[in-house]
Amino acid sequence: MASTTEQPTSQAIPPIKVRYCEVCTFPLEYCEFGSSFTKCKESLLEEDQDLYDKFYSEEALAKKIGTLSVEDQTKLEKDTAAKEVKAEKKADAALKKKLASQVTIKRIERNKRKFVTSVHGLEAFDVDLKKAAKQFAQKFATGASVTKNPQGQDEIVIQGDVSADVVEMIEDGVGVLKNVPKDNIVEVEEKKKKGGD
Amino acid sequence: MFKKFSPSTDVSGQTSVKTSVQRSIRSNILSQWKIDQDTLEQFWPKKESLILVKCRDHISIYALHGEPLFFQHFDGPFYPTLRLVHKYPFILPMVRIDRGAIRFLLAGAHMMCPGLTSIGGYLPPPENEIKSGTPVAIFAEGKEHAVGLGITKMDTEEMRRVNRNIGIETVTYLGDDLWAVRSL
Ligand SMILES: [Zn+2]
Repeated sequence: MASTTEQPTSQAIPPIKVRYCEVCTFPLEYCEFGSSFTKCKESLLEEDQDLYDKFYSEEALAKKIGTLSVEDQTKLEKDTAAKEVKAEKKADAALKKKLASQVTIKRIERNKRKFVTSVHGLEAFDVDLKKAAKQFAQKFATGASVTKNPQGQDEIVIQGDVSADVVEMIEDGVGVLKNVPKDNIVEVEEKKKKGGD
Repeated sequence: MFKKFSPSTDVSGQTSVKTSVQRSIRSNILSQWKIDQDTLEQFWPKKESLILVKCRDHISIYALHGEPLFFQHFDGPFYPTLRLVHKYPFILPMVRIDRGAIRFLLAGAHMMCPGLTSIGGYLPPPENEIKSGTPVAIFAEGKEHAVGLGITKMDTEEMRRVNRNIGIETVTYLGDDLWAVRSL
């Protein structure tokens, strides 16, 4: 089939390979507009001196200002610096919040001697709840699903009293639970209300 | 369109797209975008089956092997993702904003006419006028790659004439919540 004619069989236009920043994910030329410009530059300088010069040499800097007025350029630089500070503060706060957030494991009595176990708060540690539910279901050979609690937050509900085993799995960092710190686990028991309403 | 969009809460389901539907999407894309079959075949081979990811507010994202390729709002035009436009920058008509407008776009603002008609900006010449309601790739002064995608809210000649108000409604841009979605 091939090589007898000069005509290529495909006219397809090959894709352009854009180099994206490893820090902010933007194409390199847009790092200056992101919220991590200083880190972006440091990382590029380490990895590729030539590319760094292409974007950040005196010459390149003078050229890129384009039709922007000096005041506007100053404003932009201030804006970028402020964005960076803000992003760092946000990351700090997010980390603090993460470290302080709790994973609640609750043993709930549904009927006499019939229990379910709810696990709440795993998402703060970047756990995919659906995957975690599946992992619990397989491990305990029982039903487990992601549901919303009365507060509207997602939690995993497992059939049966498996709270002690869940704690153990988190301590051992099994599967998708590997990044959940065991110090953040709280165990709670919810008794069936007498009399009911 | 993708402000405060999070796959964990805003995706309602994933289904694979029937062959007949794929055929009609393919022909729509070939007529809506400036692309030929062979080039389209490169990132969406005929034998591969698309996944439709249904999202809130009637947004449909179409993905292949988890990678979002294009999306649609209600039954409006098909938009490529910005990453796809980076690979194939010619598939949508292009406009350019001046450097001053970049940071507003990256904050999610719609693009006002003056940012497009100034010296740093670009609109096509009258004979290639872009009609109102057309998806466009938004490039930026001094930059090689597109910074966002939008839809024209008036004809480009009208943008020149009126030179105020919103010329292009921003649909997606670098760093928005769709950009953050690498795989679905
Ligand atoms: Zn960067």
